[in-house]
Amino acid sequence: MPTNVIMPQMGESIAEGTVTKWLKKVGDRVERDEALLEISTDKVDAEIPSPSAGVLTKILVAENQTVAVNAIVAEIDGEGSGAAAGGPEPVRPQSAAPSVPPASAPPTLPISADSRAAIATPSPVPAPDGDTRPTSQPASQAPATPQASPAAQAGRELGAAGIGGNGHKVRSSPLVRRIAKENQVDLRSVTGTGLGGRISKKDILDYLAAGPAATQAAGEARPKPAVLPQPDTWQAPGPQQPAPAPVSPLTFSGATQAVPMTPMRKQIAEHMILSRRTSAHVTTVFEVEMTRVYQMRAQNAAEFERRNGQRLTFTSFFVRAAVEAIKQYPIFNASVDGDNVIYKRDVNIGIAVALETGLIVPVVKHADEKNFLGVARAVTDLAERARTKRLNFDEVQGGTFTITNPGVFGSLFGTPIINQPQVAILGVGVIEKRAVVRNDAIAIRPMAYLALSFDHRVIDGAMADQFLVKVKTVLENWSEAVL
Amino acid sequence: MPVLTHLEAIRQGIWEEMERDPSVFLIGEDIGEYGGAFKVTQGMLDKFGADRVIDTPISESAIVGAAVGAALMGMRPVVEMQFMDFIACGFDQIVNMAAKIHYRWGPAVPIVIRGPSGAGVHGGPYHSQSNEMWFVHTPGLKVVVPATAYDAKGLIKTSIRDNNPVIFYEHKFLYRRIKDEVPADDYVVPIGKARIARQGADISVVTYGAMVWTALEAAEQLQKEGISLEVIDLRSLLPYDEETVLESVRKCNKVILLHEDTRIGGFAGELAAVIAEKAFEDLDGPIVRVTSPDTPVPFSPPLEEYFLPNAKKVAEAARRLAAY
Repeated sequence: MPTNVIMPQMGESIAEGTVTKWLKKVGDRVERDEALLEISTDKVDAEIPSPSAGVLTKILVAENQTVAVNAIVAEIDGEGSGAAAGGPEPVRPQSAAPSVPPASAPPTLPISADSRAAIATPSPVPAPDGDTRPTSQPASQAPATPQASPAAQAGRELGAAGIGGNGHKVRSSPLVRRIAKENQVDLRSVTGTGLGGRISKKDILDYLAAGPAATQAAGEARPKPAVLPQPDTWQAPGPQQPAPAPVSPLTFSGATQAVPMTPMRKQIAEHMILSRRTSAHVTTVFEVEMTRVYQMRAQNAAEFERRNGQRLTFTSFFVRAAVEAIKQYPIFNASVDGDNVIYKRDVNIGIAVALETGLIVPVVKHADEKNFLGVARAVTDLAERARTKRLNFDEVQGGTFTITNPGVFGSLFGTPIINQPQVAILGVGVIEKRAVVRNDAIAIRPMAYLALSFDHRVIDGAMADQFLVKVKTVLENWSEAVL
Repeated sequence: MPVLTHLEAIRQGIWEEMERDPSVFLIGEDIGEYGGAFKVTQGMLDKFGADRVIDTPISESAIVGAAVGAALMGMRPVVEMQFMDFIACGFDQIVNMAAKIHYRWGPAVPIVIRGPSGAGVHGGPYHSQSNEMWFVHTPGLKVVVPATAYDAKGLIKTSIRDNNPVIFYEHKFLYRRIKDEVPADDYVVPIGKARIARQGADISVVTYGAMVWTALEAAEQLQKEGISLEVIDLRSLLPYDEETVLESVRKCNKVILLHEDTRIGGFAGELAAVIAEKAFEDLDGPIVRVTSPDTPVPFSPPLEEYFLPNAKKVAEAARRLAAY
């Protein structure tokens, strides 16, 4: 009996997904939970594991095709027919697991770290920078894959009448949808008072009258993938050979060539404009000496790598320092809702990670409750899984503050755009040795610029500078206790 | 300012044009001695003489044909249809001659064909029709449908001065029921320009002719319920004032299209199409039509009442649309 492979629902608001890559061919044998295909949705990109063991008998959705959630994308024939098609094959222990999911059950996504470990096949995702150094090089080193995304991938998230994740239609009108689009309102957050809960002109105008902050707050309640415009990966001090930016092999039929944006690109575009329109961006820049951090990392890197199998990155130090500063200045862990400033109890730090085709911001949850090693583990784990498209939907939500790294290509500092509905974002420039004055002598020190973009609606310059002073102090006086 | 009935205003307009321009003359059935079936031309025979107020045999084809010929020779005939229902008998002269001559051979055909139309007076199927769409669908004609006495006078004068054939619909229900202030002197109302009969905010009601008053009555009623109707009086259907309609739709975002004419092929259908094409993203609800059903006008008074749109029907449609 064939098992259907379906397009999973990657988050409640997602209505469709695009098959970006088939990792198996028709006729290939697959194990249960073995990576079968890659998909791209408005929220996350992910690998889809096979729901059962058997032979891939039918591929129903071609690469770059977009289909609705729950659409059948492939069929897998069970053990019996698998043998017929592929010849006798020993049944692997894990495929003999008693709890084979029913044919209709959607695969649980993303697959857990444990089950991934059991996958024999190496990930077919082009690994940008070697698995051992997942956070040390720009993702753009990976061969550029031209993204031939069909126009059908039009972002349905904002403004569209949309079909809610649970299949409920958001009832509105052409006018309401236009207003929603113009104001970047997600109609699912608007209460409809018309017939059958229909959202009327009055409903959306009332909603907008409640202020842009309401929009943000609503956005927060149903977070979209937080995406940021900056390259992000942390790099070691010393000479860097920046990887060339991916160059798409464009073929021109005329003077110009129109290429549809990917869903992620559209999300990024919308989010950036929304942020520019929402916040009063101001950026302040401090220079920080990294000598102490450099020493601490050198002392602990080997032990960390031995215990965790991952490299100790500089990212972790910045996250930890930001958390310390947030504890002292909680306004940096807030958002704006109308006339209220909403302070968040949890400190969830988003880390911008560059992907081949965009950016994604996985979130280190409860960063304030983790010790340094916990933070470091979370950072490296999330960064790697972001690049290999294995992030859980939850892991890109709920950020309260974001760190990005424009220094990866050697940038001294950037002026990052705030990740709404947050109120500040910390950008870290390149860490490099510079000549600085110490005790009236010129000294060589590893230095970095920290650029903090903050929302001047709620944070004044003096406060922002005090925040950076705290970050600087923590970094320059890193203590064993913190570590 | 003198208060005139709809009918008196039309008479005054024709009278003034007769005085002003010797090429204007009247032609029709019983318009001279009898003064017309509804007495629109009363007193004209005495004033202007039999050469300019011509009684004819009962042949609409001959009447319109004669008028077209006279127009080609430089005259400005004003034809009366005793009832607009009978215009069908002159149809070929209107749609194939009057409407096309200018396009085919060049000369202007400045005729006005006017007469009473519409239901509400228990006239039965042959004396009650709203057949304006026969002519709205005929390029080369103009179709004018006034609602107020002021507009009736101003528009009949404009129609007489217009160099194109104009079909001028006078609603018989309005003839003696509607009175308003009408200047005694010369003025004209342009063809193709709508009038905002009532300013409103929630729903545009686009209509013409007698239904303008129906819409205003409904608006008055709904005002008390907090629903604000804007009433657009088109005044002419060919050409019509698309801009004013779209402006109103863009302001209110909901629209009711109201006419006494039956539903299929009525002017509301055309307006609905234009609104959907040009103002789709301004709509906050479906485009709603309130019209007569697709039957001939019934003779039975209760059935006629059931057949015709009225303020109650408009108000019900507006309440549903407001709640949408």
